Amino acid sequence: MNTIFLYSLAGLATLIHNWLGKFISSELGLHILELAIIGLSLIVFLVLLCFFLGYMERRVAAFMEIRLGPNRVGPQGTLQIVADTVKLLFKEGLTPNSSDKFLFNLAPFIMVIASMMAIAPIAFAKDFQIYDINIGVLYVSAISSISVLGILMAGWSSNNKYSLLGAMRSGAQIVSYELSVGLSLISIVILSGSLSLGDIVLSQQNGWWLFKGHIPILISFVIFIIASTAEINRAPFDLAEADQELTGGFNTEYSGMKFAMFLLSEYINLFIVSAIAATLFLGGWMPFHIGGGPSSFNHIMDLIPSSIWFLGKTFTIIFIIMWFRWTFPRLRVDQLLNLEWKYLLPISMVNIIIVTLIAIMGWHF
Amino acid sequence: MSASVIIFYILSAIVLGSGILAVTNSKIFRAAVFLLFSLMGVAGLYFYLNNNFIAAVQMVVYVGGIVVLIIFSIFLTQASGSDMAKPNMGRAFFSALSVIIGLMFTLLFIGEQKFISTTNPSIEPEVKNIGRQMLSTTEHGFVLPFELVSMLLLAAMIGCIVIAIKRPITHLKEN
Repeated sequence: MNTIFLYSLAGLATLIHNWLGKFISSELGLHILELAIIGLSLIVFLVLLCFFLGYMERRVAAFMEIRLGPNRVGPQGTLQIVADTVKLLFKEGLTPNSSDKFLFNLAPFIMVIASMMAIAPIAFAKDFQIYDINIGVLYVSAISSISVLGILMAGWSSNNKYSLLGAMRSGAQIVSYELSVGLSLISIVILSGSLSLGDIVLSQQNGWWLFKGHIPILISFVIFIIASTAEINRAPFDLAEADQELTGGFNTEYSGMKFAMFLLSEYINLFIVSAIAATLFLGGWMPFHIGGGPSSFNHIMDLIPSSIWFLGKTFTIIFIIMWFRWTFPRLRVDQLLNLEWKYLLPISMVNIIIVTLIAIMGWHF
Repeated sequence: MSASVIIFYILSAIVLGSGILAVTNSKIFRAAVFLLFSLMGVAGLYFYLNNNFIAAVQMVVYVGGIVVLIIFSIFLTQASGSDMAKPNMGRAFFSALSVIIGLMFTLLFIGEQKFISTTNPSIEPEVKNIGRQMLSTTEHGFVLPFELVSMLLLAAMIGCIVIAIKRPITHLKEN
């Protein structure tokens, strides 16, 4: 299949590589410089992304509740989030006197580092990936399991009852919902036969897995969205924060930039979860094609840049997760654990057996 | 010294340094956190050896599983904020002795072990290869340990359920 990608980010990356190669002769120096450039651009991208997600969250919330949302600072309230960031920057980062100061200050960093590391294998566009590690799916779930430790650390070191309760809840929640997330990821791994995110995207060249894999994949997609919403502690699974009961949960005692880092990591996690869902189930940067349809339609789809496809799919899923927040009431702890252990886990286990059967018999398209 | 050697020493310093801090710290929660760093350093060593699969499994099992369990049990049982009591001299002496003997044993075996360098290419950690290795019954297959471990896990799980299960309270009615 011949596809035309007009504006490719991969081309930009090779351009920069060749341009830098003119000035720096030593390979090691070039590597280090390029790593620094990648890291810097990633951080800038993520901070801008969090600005945008913060704005989007408020506008979506307002839209769901039939009100306007931020609309005074800047055109359509776009600069509101900048004002909030400046406010957070100027606030004092308080450390409570009776807290464990070392762990208290370490926890936000662990959260942000864990979130940022999980970005590495995600393919943003065709041939545009920081590191196509051969165990991509496993890597992402391994790295994201660090963030629960950040929450536990923050909750315990604050020396505050509410924080500790929030941390305990979030620990139980993340550890149990990790199972469902893992099982729904495995169903795609079984069908595509690879753990690398690049290979998984390439295996969807003739159709996204959501369409190719029949109803079992649809079920595992729904389970993935539910369980990962719980894993990133977003409403209706936000028991760890639960403003009304725990006054903010594990981040009650944090202020200023340290609090902002928790927010940052929450939004990055939201992005990662949506990007993984888009990559595994919706074909990543692959354009939408109709199998036996008119070739002119497929050709027009190819003209849209691959990065637009990826970001479009990702933000659709982000919108759905934000939609959840204003649609469902918060679950109680027992309901939360019942949902996982009595419904989602058995369903996904049976589902995996069906997916394996489909993969062995070759019933998928 | 090449960059690779420097990275190796940094990783080993992280593993050993946080290991020592985990043992010597008097606050049990901090000790658990340093244990976490030590285990992450080991995962880093696996990444350094280009063994991504084992590294990721190390992260999933130890960092995401074992350390979280340890921290939970600290939350539920210990007075986790207060300092632990200093061990008395006799106990410290014997533990130091056992550490030294263990170290000697390890050094002895490492000295006797001849590391054979191989020119065979390593097996790619693809899903297919992992599955074949895990379930093959040939000479280098791992089906027996795999099944044994799964039996052990099943037994442990059933044991947990038996301990945690709520028995219907019948004897109260008789009184």
